[in-house]
Amino acid sequence: MAQYFSNLYGIKGWAALGLFGLLFVIVIPALNLFLPESSALRVPDYALSLIGKIMCYAIVAMAMDLIWGYAGILSLGHGLFFALGGYACGMYLMRMIGTEGQYGSTLPDFMVFLDWKELPWYWQGTDMFWYALLLVVLAPGLLAFIFGYFAFRSRIKGVYFSIITQALTFAFMLLFFRNETGFGGNNGFTDFKRIVGYSLTDPATRAGLFIATAIFLMMALLMCRFIVVSKLGRVLTAIRDAESRLMFCGYNPLHYKLFAWTFSAVLCGIAGALYVPQVGIINPSEMSPANSIEIAIWAAVGGRGTLVGPLLGAGLVNGAKSWFTAAFPEYWLFFLGFIFIIVTLFLPQGVIGLLRRFKKT
Amino acid sequence: MSGIQQREDKVGQGWAAHTTTLDVTHGVILYLEDVTVSFDGFKALNKLTLSIDVGELRCIIGPNGAGKTTLMDVITGKTRADSGTAFFGQTIDLQELSEYQIAHAGIGRKFQKPTVFHNHSVFDNLELALKTDKGLWRSLFARLSASQQARIDEILSLINLSDHAKTLAGLLSHGQKQWLEIGMLLIQEPKLLLLDEPVAGMTDQEIERTAELFKALAGKHSLIVVEHDMNFISTIARKVTVLHEGSVLAEGNMEQIKNDPRVIEVYLG
Repeated sequence: MAQYFSNLYGIKGWAALGLFGLLFVIVIPALNLFLPESSALRVPDYALSLIGKIMCYAIVAMAMDLIWGYAGILSLGHGLFFALGGYACGMYLMRMIGTEGQYGSTLPDFMVFLDWKELPWYWQGTDMFWYALLLVVLAPGLLAFIFGYFAFRSRIKGVYFSIITQALTFAFMLLFFRNETGFGGNNGFTDFKRIVGYSLTDPATRAGLFIATAIFLMMALLMCRFIVVSKLGRVLTAIRDAESRLMFCGYNPLHYKLFAWTFSAVLCGIAGALYVPQVGIINPSEMSPANSIEIAIWAAVGGRGTLVGPLLGAGLVNGAKSWFTAAFPEYWLFFLGFIFIIVTLFLPQGVIGLLRRFKKT
Repeated sequence: MSGIQQREDKVGQGWAAHTTTLDVTHGVILYLEDVTVSFDGFKALNKLTLSIDVGELRCIIGPNGAGKTTLMDVITGKTRADSGTAFFGQTIDLQELSEYQIAHAGIGRKFQKPTVFHNHSVFDNLELALKTDKGLWRSLFARLSASQQARIDEILSLINLSDHAKTLAGLLSHGQKQWLEIGMLLIQEPKLLLLDEPVAGMTDQEIERTAELFKALAGKHSLIVVEHDMNFISTIARKVTVLHEGSVLAEGNMEQIKNDPRVIEVYLG
């Protein structure tokens, strides 16, 4: 058992993880909950929800790293899996509104607006929390599995694969924009009231969601780390570097790619489910191609093939984004493009590579 | 080939590994008959017939475009023949298996350009190639046993890379990469080894050692060596096959081949 732990990280790594846990699971939520508004040390509500949101993005960036940094498969559609997890959670939250909606109906408002009399079949059971959790995993997981199976079996690779994933998320965005699809059209889901009985406006609920996100982020990191230090992880990098050699060694790359791909999609789905109650809204713009490209930028900025790098990358880019969009709203996209060019030209290993270079000199 | 490959796996769509047992009761390990492969009308292989005996060391020579690499592609499942049959032993139809299943059945291949995993250490390269269960879940929880560890060490010293076990394979010299790839083949314990230009880029001394190694392997394994280096071939060859325009032009020992007027015309001359 102890050997499993030391395989994952050294003492320094575990200490860093412990420090992260202490800070994000205990200190920051406590500083928000228990200090009076007037205190200078109090973590304001907006900061708590911003950090919570960024942690969800960080999980997605790490999931992207598993598939892109290690297995060499660039997905430009990971935003889709994130959004599907978010929608699955959103369905549950919509049902929990109960009769408190504007029309006082047991149906979600947008269905009353469409003059629907009863829930469509795919909304059945979504008022049960355990079923919603199952959907959060199954919706992105099954889609990724089926899509991945056909794409990898047909040996679609490289830029062709990336373009198809981009088209996939775009197609789903158009589908979800339609009112008749039954997911609230372009408005999506919003005005959530409560989750498992707790009010979403209650600071304690918000702190609870924050803590859950921080814990899941650490679990996801350890799971990904377990994969990449195993022989399976070495097979994934071998697929990236010389797939045909690997086949002639007797491995079937289909199984390995499909596993990493589906696992990555499920992580994104769970991140999306944690994101929606904290942000309070989910709509089809989450599936826009630009969002998925941004995910790839987080991973590249942080440093591919390092797991921790993309976590940092998502934090840095989104931190910069929230400052920039307040200070110079028009220039954010130019700046993002600029960062991407700088990183591709001068920092192929991203921020982590830069840190390692400093350490050496 | 990069980008979209049109070919889909014929078999290997299921999750269970295909079980295949090699049957060589008639003394033949590989039997190709009337194999034809054409690319856009160009016949890379034209009704090629070839058989390799158990324990044989066969050299294949031929000018560029004679179909040597295509022949290896057909045997290893990378390319499907348009017509003809390809059997491994009496029972295994190579046309029905995909690359990884053929590797499992016992055919190992060394590429023309040395292909190793550049970002893995020499040790990890051998670990990945090591003959063992190569399924997904096994890999997730795999641990090297003492005997597997010893096997890797044995191969490391055989290929003269014991001092480089922790070196990244990408940092090796060309000749060392060739040796590593040969080591990866051996540790897979194949019955039949296909070696595409195994001594390209090696020093004379390395070539000599490779020749010794191949001669020692023949008997226990069957080998097919494709080479341009005629000196190397004369050192190891017992039987030589000359390919020309996708079919067999001549077959025999080195002396017969050297004096065959057709061979002299298209190749040696």
